[in-house]
Amino acid sequence: MGGAFHKEKMGQADERMEHLMGLLLRAGVLLAATVVIAGGAMYLADHRGVHVEYRHFAGHPISVRHPAELAGPTSIAVLEVGMLLLVAVPIARVVFALIAFAAQRDWLYAAVSALILSVLVWGMLRGG
Amino acid sequence: MPLVEFTSLVFAGAFAAGLLGSLTGLGGGVVLIPLLTLGFHVDMRYAMGASLVSVIATSSGAAAAYVREGYSNVRIGMFLEVATTIGAVAGASLAAHTGTRWLAMVFGVVLLYSAWLSRSQQEHVAEGVANQWSEKLRMSGEYPDGRGGTIAYAVDRITAGWATMFGAGVLSGLLGIGSGAVKVLAMDKIMRIPFKVSTTTSNFMIGVTAAASAGIYLARGYVDPVLAAPVLLGVLLGSLVGAKALVRARVPLLRTIFAWVIAALGVEMMVNGWMGRL
Repeated sequence: MGGAFHKEKMGQADERMEHLMGLLLRAGVLLAATVVIAGGAMYLADHRGVHVEYRHFAGHPISVRHPAELAGPTSIAVLEVGMLLLVAVPIARVVFALIAFAAQRDWLYAAVSALILSVLVWGMLRGG
Repeated sequence: MPLVEFTSLVFAGAFAAGLLGSLTGLGGGVVLIPLLTLGFHVDMRYAMGASLVSVIATSSGAAAAYVREGYSNVRIGMFLEVATTIGAVAGASLAAHTGTRWLAMVFGVVLLYSAWLSRSQQEHVAEGVANQWSEKLRMSGEYPDGRGGTIAYAVDRITAGWATMFGAGVLSGLLGIGSGAVKVLAMDKIMRIPFKVSTTTSNFMIGVTAAASAGIYLARGYVDPVLAAPVLLGVLLGSLVGAKALVRARVPLLRTIFAWVIAALGVEMMVNGWMGRL
């Protein structure tokens, strides 16, 4: 009985956590999408009549590396911030899971979350 | 092509891809890369970058809806995300050393596989899997049976599932896709997790997997924001509209047609990759 009760409680805590995660993800995507829409509109207004082609790869390294560069936001910088916000959304989800599992004293899954987070950081550092 | 026309057409195409992908349950991301490379003559790497950020957007945007249904299992998802993220970093590192013609050919195979999987898909019920590690790792769960009750399930063949998830991660990082089809294969066919739990948990994992390769894609310049913006906004909007409509309409015919379209695109990607046109 004790085990079943514990499982029931765990299920409820998980449901609550997943619900909050879902909201966090949706809010994050909405925010990122709004920034991308704003940046895109600015860019289109600035570059009317410009011709584009992506046939040849030149690479577009992200140029926003310091907050000071945002002092006078160019449309490209705003778009880049939108992209970075979007990438940050799932990372924030893992941070949230780490906190939620630790609060449940579920150390196994807190460790799993920490491991995922370290892989994500490793990926970012490898790229940068 | 003039910027405004190009952006509008890309947005419309991405919207259609997102709508069809979510109506048929096959995912819109999978047709984005052929749309951009074959349709708009975009370099494979830019297409992969735009696809990767779109995958993050759609997976995260749809999560709230899936969570409400009560099928996804956060523990299974996160346990397997360790494998997919490590795989994704490896795959993204590999992408830089792989010629676009090889990327195009691998991508063609993935498209053919996705199309084939969609035809042989049947929903099986949990068949009383007993696995002590499923309990120890707290991955057993239950899901609503649609009649007010719940069905309990456990997870089997965890090592094989984990290894397949690593492969799904490599493909995701290598090609900038969500590789939902391989994730569902690992959970549904190998780990014998109920189909609905598999598909929703897979969607839950896709964003984190894609985020693992995003750092490498951004640093290599694969993500051109001017191209990626209309793609991700189009797919996101299309998939949200599709998800709303799905409640009302079942679409087996559309699904079959879309599966054939995906298969045809797979062949075209392979041919174009082989000829070195991409």
